[in-house]
Amino acid sequence: MGVEGIGARVARKEDKRFLTGKGRYVDDMKVAGMKYAVFVRSPHAHAKIKSIDVSAAKDMPGVIDVLEGKAMKEDGIGSLICGWMIHSKDGSPMNMGDWRPLAYETVRYVGDAVAIVVADSLGEARDAAEAVVVDYEVLPAVTEAVDALKPGAPQIHANAPGNQIYDWHIGDEGAVDAALASAAHVTEIEIHNNRLSPNPMEPRAALGIYDTAEDHYTCYTTSQNPHVARLVMSAFYNVAPENKLRVIAPDVGGGFGSKIYIYPEEITCLWASKKTGVPVKWTSDRTEAFLTDAHGRDHVSKVKMAFDANHRVTALKVDTTANFGAYMSLFSGAVPTYLYATLLSGQYNLPAIYANVHAVYTNTAPVDAYRGAGRPEATYLLERTMETAARELGISPAELRSINFIRQFPHQTPVIMNYDTGNFQASLDAAMAEADWAGFPARKAEAERRGKKRGIGMSCYIEACGIAPSAAVGSLGAGVGLWESAEVRVNAVGTIEVLTGSHSHGQGHETTFAQLVATRLGVPLDSISIVHGDTDKVQMGMGTYGSRSGAVGMSAIAKALDKVEVKAKKIAAHLLEASESDIVIENGELKVAGTDKSVPWFQVALSAYTAHNLPAGMEPGLKEGAFYDPANFTFPAGCYICEVEVDPDTGKTQLIQFVAADDFGNIINPMIVEGQVHGGIAQGIGQALLEGVQYDASTGQLLTASYMDYAMPRADDLPSYKVSHQTTPCTSNPLGIKGCGEAGAIGSPPAVINAITDAIGNNNLTMPATPAKVWAAMHGH
Amino acid sequence: MTKVTLTVNGRKVSGECEDRTLLVNFIRENLGLTGTHVGCDTTQCGACVIHMDGRSVKSCTILAVQASGSDITTIEGISSGDTLHPVQAAFKENHGLQCGFCTPGMVMTAVDMIRRHGGQLDEQTVRQELEGNICRCTGYHNIVKSILSAADEMGGAQQAAE
Repeated sequence: MGVEGIGARVARKEDKRFLTGKGRYVDDMKVAGMKYAVFVRSPHAHAKIKSIDVSAAKDMPGVIDVLEGKAMKEDGIGSLICGWMIHSKDGSPMNMGDWRPLAYETVRYVGDAVAIVVADSLGEARDAAEAVVVDYEVLPAVTEAVDALKPGAPQIHANAPGNQIYDWHIGDEGAVDAALASAAHVTEIEIHNNRLSPNPMEPRAALGIYDTAEDHYTCYTTSQNPHVARLVMSAFYNVAPENKLRVIAPDVGGGFGSKIYIYPEEITCLWASKKTGVPVKWTSDRTEAFLTDAHGRDHVSKVKMAFDANHRVTALKVDTTANFGAYMSLFSGAVPTYLYATLLSGQYNLPAIYANVHAVYTNTAPVDAYRGAGRPEATYLLERTMETAARELGISPAELRSINFIRQFPHQTPVIMNYDTGNFQASLDAAMAEADWAGFPARKAEAERRGKKRGIGMSCYIEACGIAPSAAVGSLGAGVGLWESAEVRVNAVGTIEVLTGSHSHGQGHETTFAQLVATRLGVPLDSISIVHGDTDKVQMGMGTYGSRSGAVGMSAIAKALDKVEVKAKKIAAHLLEASESDIVIENGELKVAGTDKSVPWFQVALSAYTAHNLPAGMEPGLKEGAFYDPANFTFPAGCYICEVEVDPDTGKTQLIQFVAADDFGNIINPMIVEGQVHGGIAQGIGQALLEGVQYDASTGQLLTASYMDYAMPRADDLPSYKVSHQTTPCTSNPLGIKGCGEAGAIGSPPAVINAITDAIGNNNLTMPATPAKVWAAMHGH
Repeated sequence: MTKVTLTVNGRKVSGECEDRTLLVNFIRENLGLTGTHVGCDTTQCGACVIHMDGRSVKSCTILAVQASGSDITTIEGISSGDTLHPVQAAFKENHGLQCGFCTPGMVMTAVDMIRRHGGQLDEQTVRQELEGNICRCTGYHNIVKSILSAADEMGGAQQAAE
């Protein structure tokens, strides 16, 4: 490890602009002639649109135009799609309902957009939006997935009878049923995974700019994957061909999944810019964000887990109903299937698994990937079940897990995944030592003397990151490949620009990616710039989600660096009159190994561009690109332990300590990795204790539509965390990286609920475990 | 339209705005100082915190016309030249920011917090004082660490000067 290279706790290169107010977010953009947009949204969860009258709104001061969905359809703008095809167990394709960017026939959730108002100022646009008259015929609505499946439930899409999107399954049901029938013990539990709003602090925004002279569009958007946005808007939504559409995602203030998707607003702003002849900017307010940003989770599952007489798990059977909301969002199909059920083996030798997943429409906001995306659902289900089983079997939770750990790698699970490496016992041992698990009974007794209920809970998670081998995901229904691209441009004076298809929206790529280059070439961090987020600069990329930017994005950079090094060594060998195979790169120099002959890095770069003295036949320049397609998923894993104290009078839970022991493989910047874990744990604790999207079941109105109603974790809700790392390098990528972005949110909720249920002695508790629920569970209500 | 005159980051500025214009919008739109952010519209998240006449204020909850005549400091006004304010430096050193969106409000809140408490800050106090600032990225761990570190340094510097 150098001071700046791989493994160093380098302070971030990007921090200064954020700390001095010079970050450039989409809402900070101002271009000549720019006007402001406000969307008219449905106040009803389900209704037919009988008519839309925009005449009064058009006469309002400052209004440029008011545009409707019918005109958009006539202009050929396409409907929004889900890009991952899932087939039901009977072989039929999923039932994808029509999602118009601006609805003109039917609205299906509160917040569905029906018109866009463009005006000189935001205030004038808001005033005019109030004056748009939409005549609705209100229809019955349904918000819970289990209710939507019942006979007689309101039908949301004509092509989805019974509101079923798909009825999918995986695994060997016969083997599982046989194991359940012959089991020494079966643990049964119903698991609820609550609906969450991702809530990046920067609300979504879009600025559409149409250039009449060039027939060209520019879209500034709050995206985690601007190239995917361009691809989808070109290929499916017919906004403009790719060469006529530039998408820029500048500084983006957090994403957590919610900014993967291409939403109605960016499509509409681009179209409206052409219709009105002015640049059109829309910025979501927080209530719009609660209404329309894709939500996460919302599963109800029935679980059976079979054990033999030696406490070994012999089978797992899961039946899950997943609420998709009113429309299929871009990646939604994959979340409760290939990102969820494929992780149901957890850290355990589990010979037989069967999962059946019912995907269901409701009159709620679309549901898609949110930090963890399917893996938190799998982990919560499995780790709550293991904990419950340990209590039923009367053995310690650590021992039950330990008995069942996978210890030989590679390990093929019964649900597709092939784990390359891991050491689950190491993380469990480290977490238990850090948490002083052995000392817990004394602490519990001490709390009891103070009238408090103390509990401790653990969670052993594994997840799949580094998505994904393109051919593999293609065979599972993905509409795109999930490789990544990189280009390393060495300038004539030896400074370097790295172009990447990954997108940083808080992860610190400008620092960690540069650390990789600094390590490989021995050049200072300051001489390396990372370029991302603009389709005019970076040719193509798949973006940042699924903790993929280290494992996949940096691997692409490593591949491009390989090529740069090969050419640089050829040039150095020529200049030094040495054999290419004897050249090594060290500390910013290319040296003949074992001699004092060397040429500095900048000299090699300069030679590549002056081209006065290059090896015969070599092209000038020093610039190489690479596409990296991963060979396998990566499998971060770890053990989390939570200790709580519950006040029996109020039901209030206090977090005493939270311990995380993670195996992320090799780590580039431990400071940044720890930050990712901290943030993930906070979101997981938020899910467990505080957060929950609530709709009124009879009207479909969103009840949690501001920070006064939706309980975001705040500083005084949370403890400081104890974080450590155990390392088994990933074997499937050149850097040995597994990924760290989502683990905290995946591993933490079951640890918290296991701790609270341990404290109160009642296992019947759902998330969020609010004081009212905990109190009721304690007092048998 | 009403004329609003303010001193912002030491410079006298004025501009016309509608009576309903919020101070944060005046700062962002009229003055072009986009470091102050809007995160929630309901005085909860604190991304819009500025200093008004020396006290931290949520600029989404005050009208620009109400602020007329006051002395405003925004995130753009606390560092001197190329040198970061000790709170900004502590956030960088301790990785107290990720996406950066809540950061200006966090820094402005922290500067005011340290001013009010001097060197007398502990973790619990910092966490309680941060009640009005929401961060979704950091889990607050490193923000708390940054503020405690800055308070130590600024308290130390104050003692050295005395």
